[in-house]
Amino acid sequence: MTKSHTTTGAPRFADHPFVQELPASLVAAMGRVAVERTYATGDILLREGEPAREFLLVVSGKVALEAVMPARPRLTIQTVGPGEVVGWSWLTPPHRWRLDARAVKPTQAFSIDSEILRTLLDEDPANGYRFLLHLLPFIAQRLENTQFQLLDVHGD
Amino acid sequence: MATDAVPFAAADASAPGQSLVPVPYVVRSLTRETADTVTLVLDPDNGGERPRFQPGQFNMLYVFGVGEAAISICGDLEQRDRLVHTVRSAGKISQALSEMAPGSTVGVRGPYGTGWPLDKAVGKDVVIVAGGLGLPPLRPAIYDLVRHRDRYGRIEIIYGARSPKDLVYYSEIQTWRARPGLRFQTTVDTAGRDWYGDVGLVTARLPDARFDPANTVAFLCGPEIMMRLTAQALETRGVPPAAIYVSLERNMKCAVGICGHCQFGPEFVCRDGPVFSYGEVRRFMTVREV
Repeated sequence: MTKSHTTTGAPRFADHPFVQELPASLVAAMGRVAVERTYATGDILLREGEPAREFLLVVSGKVALEAVMPARPRLTIQTVGPGEVVGWSWLTPPHRWRLDARAVKPTQAFSIDSEILRTLLDEDPANGYRFLLHLLPFIAQRLENTQFQLLDVHGD
Repeated sequence: MATDAVPFAAADASAPGQSLVPVPYVVRSLTRETADTVTLVLDPDNGGERPRFQPGQFNMLYVFGVGEAAISICGDLEQRDRLVHTVRSAGKISQALSEMAPGSTVGVRGPYGTGWPLDKAVGKDVVIVAGGLGLPPLRPAIYDLVRHRDRYGRIEIIYGARSPKDLVYYSEIQTWRARPGLRFQTTVDTAGRDWYGDVGLVTARLPDARFDPANTVAFLCGPEIMMRLTAQALETRGVPPAAIYVSLERNMKCAVGICGHCQFGPEFVCRDGPVFSYGEVRRFMTVREV
């Protein structure tokens, strides 16, 4: 994992598009523990198989989600930009990343400790449900992307 | 209105240029765009001017002894001395076209079909979304938008391809990108580490596009599933279905609405399309049997 610069990020956290329609109490609680991270081009944010300890909300820049296969070049299967989120492996067991994530531009993100976030969501199921509703479109977008890749729609 | 444009209307088989008899054209040059795609520049055999066309229309290209295929016109309206077609080698006719040597003769009839209604875009924001080989049929419209930039509001172009090496017109895209008042985003389905651009669906790039939904005209061309998802995303953002135009592709044979091969619900794609208003055809775009 690349070491990244860490500063308190609460003042601007509430401006991130992902949290715009989340319950105010949840946004406030997330904001209190959110820290800002910056990555240089080429930095690895997450590595497949490693513990998924944080939830990342991209503020600026671009992150490539990469699949790594033995004896084959790395394959970028999706890029994630401002307003989007990186990964959800932290949410469900075994809490390990299933892909690599690499900054392809200088990138700024909010990081929330996944254990704290899971506790917040568990303690208030209504907030947890709203959170999942916000996360689902990102999961659906990844699935649609995969569907396009499987159908090879641009190859016909 | 495009300088060289004909009205936004279905082709008339009895009109000049709509004859069923192919006219000989000579291959001036063949440029390889990608591993399986080439751009052909054709000169009228008599040295004259090609017929006028509207961006989005197509010609029937005839490789003598092999057969005939519908190929969109993708050159500049104002270059009247040539016809430009980009062809992906996907069957015996397109493969034969892709292998033509300069100086050889191709039969051409057309132009046929409806085009992108640039006149409806005047004074409005324009969103263009292309997927794969959907960019070539839009290129004449892009030339016109660039040439008459002051007639339009914001111009947002999003182009998706299978991989970075499948992007056509790559150097031209860089030229368009450098122009003020036009934003051109590219995205691919998958990429290696040497690609610093976006990877993902064209619809994932739409939130970055700046336009006034109520005052926008959108032109979509590419795989049908891509156009459907994009049209739905535009509609969700507030663009009226009647202001979204799609270019459909079916098995076109006669090109004048006689043979019925390209029937799409109550329409013939060759005669009533290929460019349709999404509001007009969306109910058929999810019918599997159509």
